[in-house]
Amino acid sequence: MNNIFVYCEITEEKTVADVSMELLSKARKLADELKVKVEAMVVGQVDEKPLQELFAYGVDCINYADDTRLFPYQTLPHFAIVTKLIKEKQPQIVLFGATSVGRDLAPRVASYLRCGLTADCTSLEIGDHEDKKAGVVYRNLLYQIRPAFGGNIIATIINPETKPQMATVREGVMKKELYNTEYKGEINKLNVANYVSDNDFCIQILEREIEQQKINIKGAQIIVCGGYGMASVKDGFKLIYQLAEVLGGEVGATRAAVDAGLAEHERQVGQTGVTVRPKLYIACGVSGAVQHRAGMAESSKIISINTDIAAPINAISDYTITGDAGEILPKLIAHYKSNTK
Amino acid sequence: MSFRIVVLAKQVPDTRNVGKDAMKEDGTVNRAALPAIFNPEDLNALEMALEIKDRLEDVIVSVITMGPSRAAEIIRDSIYRGADNGIVVSDRKVAGSDTLATSYTISQAIKKLGNVDLVLCGRQAIDGDTAQVGPQVAEKLNMPQITYAEEVVAVNETAIQIKRRLERGIEVVESKFPCLITVHGSANPCRFPHAKRVMKYKYAISASEAAEIGIDTAKLWQQKPYLKIEEWNAADIQAEDSRLGLTGSPTKVKKIENVVLTAKESVKLSASDEDLDGLIKELITAHIIG
Repeated sequence: MNNIFVYCEITEEKTVADVSMELLSKARKLADELKVKVEAMVVGQVDEKPLQELFAYGVDCINYADDTRLFPYQTLPHFAIVTKLIKEKQPQIVLFGATSVGRDLAPRVASYLRCGLTADCTSLEIGDHEDKKAGVVYRNLLYQIRPAFGGNIIATIINPETKPQMATVREGVMKKELYNTEYKGEINKLNVANYVSDNDFCIQILEREIEQQKINIKGAQIIVCGGYGMASVKDGFKLIYQLAEVLGGEVGATRAAVDAGLAEHERQVGQTGVTVRPKLYIACGVSGAVQHRAGMAESSKIISINTDIAAPINAISDYTITGDAGEILPKLIAHYKSNTK
Repeated sequence: MSFRIVVLAKQVPDTRNVGKDAMKEDGTVNRAALPAIFNPEDLNALEMALEIKDRLEDVIVSVITMGPSRAAEIIRDSIYRGADNGIVVSDRKVAGSDTLATSYTISQAIKKLGNVDLVLCGRQAIDGDTAQVGPQVAEKLNMPQITYAEEVVAVNETAIQIKRRLERGIEVVESKFPCLITVHGSANPCRFPHAKRVMKYKYAISASEAAEIGIDTAKLWQQKPYLKIEEWNAADIQAEDSRLGLTGSPTKVKKIENVVLTAKESVKLSASDEDLDGLIKELITAHIIG
């Protein structure tokens, strides 16, 4: 009892989404610390192979609601199953991916259960909390850690009084790690009719067009990232693309650059975008707000190109080049070409 | 009976323009240094409400906001743009609310309004980016929810078809009323204030705003009742105190840390050819590029 639950998302290909496996990996570590079990909630049909593969992430029990009506995702039926299952099994922690599905489902579940929910956590830890005024010590709470308020602060959020403690986490923030390829758990097949009613299917899906993911910078080994500073550089993002191309890398962007229409949302690096860990990260005209750094600080080598010598990004960079990116990027391209001839 | 739409709006600090004085010496947020604006996606939601008002007969659009008395500013702005009226839910008891306490408070206000057919709100507010209040209000009102709406495909008095913007595509769904819709920033931008409406409503004021500047509104409101911006407190919306503000918020902030950068030993380079050529050579030798 009081295990850790992960809501697993199902992809168009009837597999379990990467973000869910990342969360299972994290849940396993937290569960080892708390000496409890990890349970997955799989709502909708998944092929047998990806379902069995979940065990290798250290899953002790898969609660499986296998019904064709449960895919594509709809709020109310998934809400009905998840809330009923949580009431039955009383987990102490429930994790969701901060995807369009997780961010639709988790708040409604938290509202119904009247428990706390922290969005877009960048770190999860276990720790105690002492309420000195009330003279109470709470043991083994989930520390839900996230940047807040324009990224000037990092907040640690706790839910001392209510259970379960719930959090959403963006894709790529936690590492997907196999726990033990021999690990075996059980599958708890739910009798779906006991969990959902016909009324839960009151919204009709009339049309659906889901594209294959075209841009995926998560796995790129080299990322050239443009910030809002590139807006004032002539052909700024064109230069970013050129450097990325000659180096065989991908283009990333900050939120400010994406909001300004300089790059697609899929390229956004940071707390509300993608978290990346490339071997080389070149930040051009990036000031380095904490939300951005949360998504790239674990890059092996960081080069910062900035006119502002005091830009926060410089503090975490291995190399800082002070100057105008409009001048430096063409030079880098030229020197790369002459050195690799 | 009129078709009633409620738009949920929030006045937020403009975190997109955080200046150097946004933080005080002690590491707390200097709210006074940040301009207060109409949360951008709530404006998309207001536009969607006004589009539905254009398409159906006899629609009333009311805007509800929770916040201090100055939040009446966004009610006036909404009315200039075409909303019929608005309500500020304001009470010391709601200070420090997390999303759960906020959604409870707002749902109580919607219940007081009564007979609401459609609730519209922005997907998320820029000061927290949590995107939680919409779905939570839907749960409290026991309404189905449609999140990330981009476009009204079709609407009549009983049902609505919405195009949703998802991570990798779109979905068109249909729901009967009542329901709650959260609106994505890719939806139509809000129409501008209408000059005639600005003229008519520029003296619209709430009771606490009037008290702050010390004017007597009794006569004004008697002659022109449309100039009164309603203000409701916790008692007006029959809220249980235990579910409001800090007390009603299960999430607690344990710790706030200022962001301190642990500086790496970084190599400082200039834009000279010599430095840049040296850098490229180093990266190639280290097999990082090549």
